[in-house]
Amino acid sequence: MKKIKKIKIKINGKIKSINQDSNLSIVLKNLKIPLNKVAIELNEEIIDKKKINKINLNKNDKIEIVHFIGGG
Amino acid sequence: MVNLKKDSLIIANKKFNSRLIVGTGKYKSMSECAKAIKMSGAEIVTVAVRRVNISDKNKPLLMDYIDPKKITYLPNTAGCFNSKEALRTLRLAREIGGWKLVKLEVLGDKKNLFPDMIETLKSTEVLAKEGFKVMVYCNDDPLMAKRLENSGADAIMPLAAPIGSGLGIQNKINIQIIRKQTKLPLIIDAGLGQASDATIAMELGCDGVLVNTAIAKAKKPFEMALAFKNAVIAGRQSYNSGRIDKILMGNPSSPSKGII
Repeated sequence: MKKIKKIKIKINGKIKSINQDSNLSIVLKNLKIPLNKVAIELNEEIIDKKKINKINLNKNDKIEIVHFIGGG
Repeated sequence: MVNLKKDSLIIANKKFNSRLIVGTGKYKSMSECAKAIKMSGAEIVTVAVRRVNISDKNKPLLMDYIDPKKITYLPNTAGCFNSKEALRTLRLAREIGGWKLVKLEVLGDKKNLFPDMIETLKSTEVLAKEGFKVMVYCNDDPLMAKRLENSGADAIMPLAAPIGSGLGIQNKINIQIIRKQTKLPLIIDAGLGQASDATIAMELGCDGVLVNTAIAKAKKPFEMALAFKNAVIAGRQSYNSGRIDKILMGNPSSPSKGII
C-alpha cells in the first residue's frame, strides 16, 4: 500500500499536518469552516473563495481564517 | 408634528433612521449583545475581525445572533497599531462578504488608546482609493479632521474621551468647530459614559454617536441601551428645535402685568 505523504502547514498560528496533495478547499471542509462567513489569507495574500479548489497547498504554507466577532 | 423619519442619518449614500451606533464587544454573551442592540434601536453595529477558533468548531458565531442582512455590520480595525495592520484587517473584512463601509481605527498608545493620526491619515488615503467607504476614528482636532475629509473620509468620528473611559465629551469647543467646518457625518466615537453624554453630543450638532462600553458594562445593559436610544433622539430633537440664547440674568416666565 502506498503511504500518503504528509506536509506541515500553519492554520491560524497552529501547526497542522495534512496530506501532501490536499487543496485548500479540502482543508477548509475538514475544519468545517462556513465559507460565507469568513475570509482567507494564504501566505498573507487574500484568497478568492471561489477559487479554493484550485489552490494546492505546499509545505510551510501559512493560512489565516478570520471572521467577525464582537468588538467596539 | 416633526417627521423624524425624514431626519435620517446618511452615510456614504446609505440612509439610517437611528443615529445611535453600538459596539458589539464586552458583553457577557452573544445573546445579551443581540438583545442590547435590539433595545438600542441601532441599525449599525461595529464588529472586529479575528481568527476563527479552529479547535472549537461549535463555537457560536456573531452572525448567528445578529443578522447582517438586518443590521449593518461596520467592520472596525480596533487593536491595529499601524497602517499595514489596519489595511490588512479591512481588506479581509471586505472579503468576508463585500463590506465596503468600514471603520478605521489606528491606535497609537496602548494605555490611553489615542489614535495615531499620521497612520490614520495614510490609511484613509489608501482605503478611499481602493473604493472603501471609510468612517474614521480620530482625535478631536479640527485640522486633522479637515485633512481626513480631504483624503476621502466618509465620516469623521472624533473621540469624546479615551476609549472605554466613560468620561464624556471633554472638548466641546473642538467638536463644535469640527461641526462648523464639515458637511460630512460627524459621529462621536468613544469615551461616553452615560445617556446624557449622548444628548450633549447631539445638541452640539453631531450626526450620531457610537457607544460600546457604556452600554455593555452598565449594571443593566438593556435599560442603558434604551436610555441611550432615547438620549440620542432627545438630543437631536433639541438641536433641531433651536435652543434659546443664554443670558446672564433672570427672565420671568409669567407676565408681570396683572400681578395682584
